[in-house]
Amino acid sequence: MKSGSNLEKVLTSGQFAVCGEMGPPQSADGKSIKKKAEYFRGYVDSVNLTDNQTAIVRLSSIASAHLLLDAGVEPVMQMTCRDRNRIAIQSDVLGAYALGIKNILAISGDHQKFGNHPQSKNVYDIDSLQLLQILKNMRDEKKFQNGEEMKVEPRLFIGAAANPFADPFEFRVLRLAKKVKAGADFIQTQGVFDVPRFKRWMEMVRDLGLPEKTFILAGIIPVRSVKALQYMKSEVAGMSVPDELIERMSKAAKPQEEGVKIAVELIQQLREIKGVHGVHIMPVMWEQVIPQLVEQAGLLPRPRFEEEQTTPAKEAPAKG
Amino acid sequence: MIVAERKPLEEILRLIDGAKTVLLTGCGGCVTVHMAGGEKEVEVLASLLRLHYKKEDKPIKILTQTVTRQCEPEYVRELADNVDKAAVVLSMGCGVGVQFIAENFPKAWVVPALNTKFAGATLEAGVWAERCGLCGECILYKTGGICPVIRCSKSLLNGPCGGSQNGKCEVDPEIDCAWQLIHDRMKDLGKLDLLLEIEPPKDWSKARDGGPRKVMREDMRF
Amino acid sequence: MYSVRNGVRVMGEVKEEAGAAQPAFEPKIVAFACYYCAYSAADLAGSMRLQYPPNIRIVELPCTGKVNPQMLLKAFEEGADGVYVAGCMEGDCHFLRGNLRAKRRVKYVKGLLDEIGVGGERLEMFNLSSSMGPRFAQIAREMTERIKALGPSPVNRKARASAADEDAAGG
Repeated sequence: MKSGSNLEKVLTSGQFAVCGEMGPPQSADGKSIKKKAEYFRGYVDSVNLTDNQTAIVRLSSIASAHLLLDAGVEPVMQMTCRDRNRIAIQSDVLGAYALGIKNILAISGDHQKFGNHPQSKNVYDIDSLQLLQILKNMRDEKKFQNGEEMKVEPRLFIGAAANPFADPFEFRVLRLAKKVKAGADFIQTQGVFDVPRFKRWMEMVRDLGLPEKTFILAGIIPVRSVKALQYMKSEVAGMSVPDELIERMSKAAKPQEEGVKIAVELIQQLREIKGVHGVHIMPVMWEQVIPQLVEQAGLLPRPRFEEEQTTPAKEAPAKG
Repeated sequence: MIVAERKPLEEILRLIDGAKTVLLTGCGGCVTVHMAGGEKEVEVLASLLRLHYKKEDKPIKILTQTVTRQCEPEYVRELADNVDKAAVVLSMGCGVGVQFIAENFPKAWVVPALNTKFAGATLEAGVWAERCGLCGECILYKTGGICPVIRCSKSLLNGPCGGSQNGKCEVDPEIDCAWQLIHDRMKDLGKLDLLLEIEPPKDWSKARDGGPRKVMREDMRF
Repeated sequence: MYSVRNGVRVMGEVKEEAGAAQPAFEPKIVAFACYYCAYSAADLAGSMRLQYPPNIRIVELPCTGKVNPQMLLKAFEEGADGVYVAGCMEGDCHFLRGNLRAKRRVKYVKGLLDEIGVGGERLEMFNLSSSMGPRFAQIAREMTERIKALGPSPVNRKARASAADEDAAGG
């Protein structure tokens, strides 16, 4: 075990993992995180806490992850390269680990242009790949980026993002391979609506033997209106939404139910694809849907592990 | 070249407000080439300022003088007589020019007429674009001659982010995705394998982050 | 570079409004005219004995491509209430694209005039051919009416007002 996190245990034990995602509040309301935790507890293996997503100021992902941990849900703390340099990033990683956070997802972060402080300066001292490498070296070599050693290293389960729908398409897989090489233990993909394209991408991923080296969680975005789908199609860069889906949603008498149905179908289709080790559900502002969605997708009950496995488990080979 | 753009007139008027004599000085270097602060632009701005003050019925004297380059001491010193006569020196040089005039004339009140934008090139007549981030340690040999430090909105060094679509950057559909350009060019040149190497964190101490920089050549000094 | 022919193209008599308490505003308008079209059209208008307002001062240019922002602004500085550039029909420039360049520069200077508070509507670009004598006269009337409606250039307002005061004082 690298970190002994619940997510790592689920994945290394060869079970199909289910991740959730939560956006922290745009205020100091820590209670709302505990409230939202109810929608996730027992239904997912871990929950991502976004790091000022779309560059909008929110309660910090570290504090949110810690609050979620207190509420009995395992967090995946997201960390972007947009707002911190390598000094702050490493410092926050140490702090997060000291607070009990074991999963970190390294991403470059949305450009501040899309956020609520478009006049801010971005940092990008390092990129997401370099961040992965730094996290891996901190864990495995007990070394900071500068090469200096530390006494107690953060035992982290390190995640990265991949977008099969962005361009240049053929380079996407090579970049994923780079991320795995840099230290990504697991991958969460952009929300999948276009299954054929995702399948093509997974084929290329398998050709490079990546599912044997990392765990791949396919992204699911449950939507409750046709508007949301249209918005993602037209406004979000790196999203592929098939027209059939938009038509289906626009004809639905009960769009919420249809949205759940679509998400369930997507999960079932993605689960069939060789090399997909789990799903990452991103219920943007619709966390309440998680219990019913996970249940209808046949993903319950979630695996449970004994607290504190003291026996150092062998590195279980991931199943392709 | 250094590319700059004139400030809004309203702001310029605020900067010189109250002065009876203004020295409007252009630069014969980069800003002349891209038509932001050369002799002609000095004439136009001088004309606009005179129109304004005439309209307001306030007397003002606008001296104009364009020097070969505002970033070299021997040319800047040519301004001495006019600097003495003026209450404000309004420079149409880049940020370097403004500072260099101030540096050479400790008692002068020097203000900028331009906003200095970037180090760039002329794409076509009337269009200029940023090309160099002045990072102090060139990596263009790794990326096919296309700079990710300045041309990628996030300065990513290991490939495109998830916002690259149809060759464009998510930040603005007018901006080409630098990594799409790099990828395509490296592919054409048969060097795609170079992009599979993980580029380590950059040494930003060579850039501005290491503090203001200076270059010295002993052989060139007197 | 160019020659100023102040009023030489004016034909017919200029009638003053008699008996008005205040002299009516007679704008000064400078027309930058291309030798190959507008200037010849002005000639033609003259030969045809066409009437157009005497407010227009024509500056002959070898091509409107010669027009630059400094020149247009200078006219306003020197007291013009309105300025226009008259070039060949689009596609018919003797130098291929001079009139198209002028069009862009006029647009640019209109922006500058707005920015400085003189008003971009005091500047205009027209296109005509050398055979369009009547059109030349019409443009001159159009522009004069426009500037009369706008009143004196704000740059000249103070000067005019004080001149008028002096006139009144002097009787």
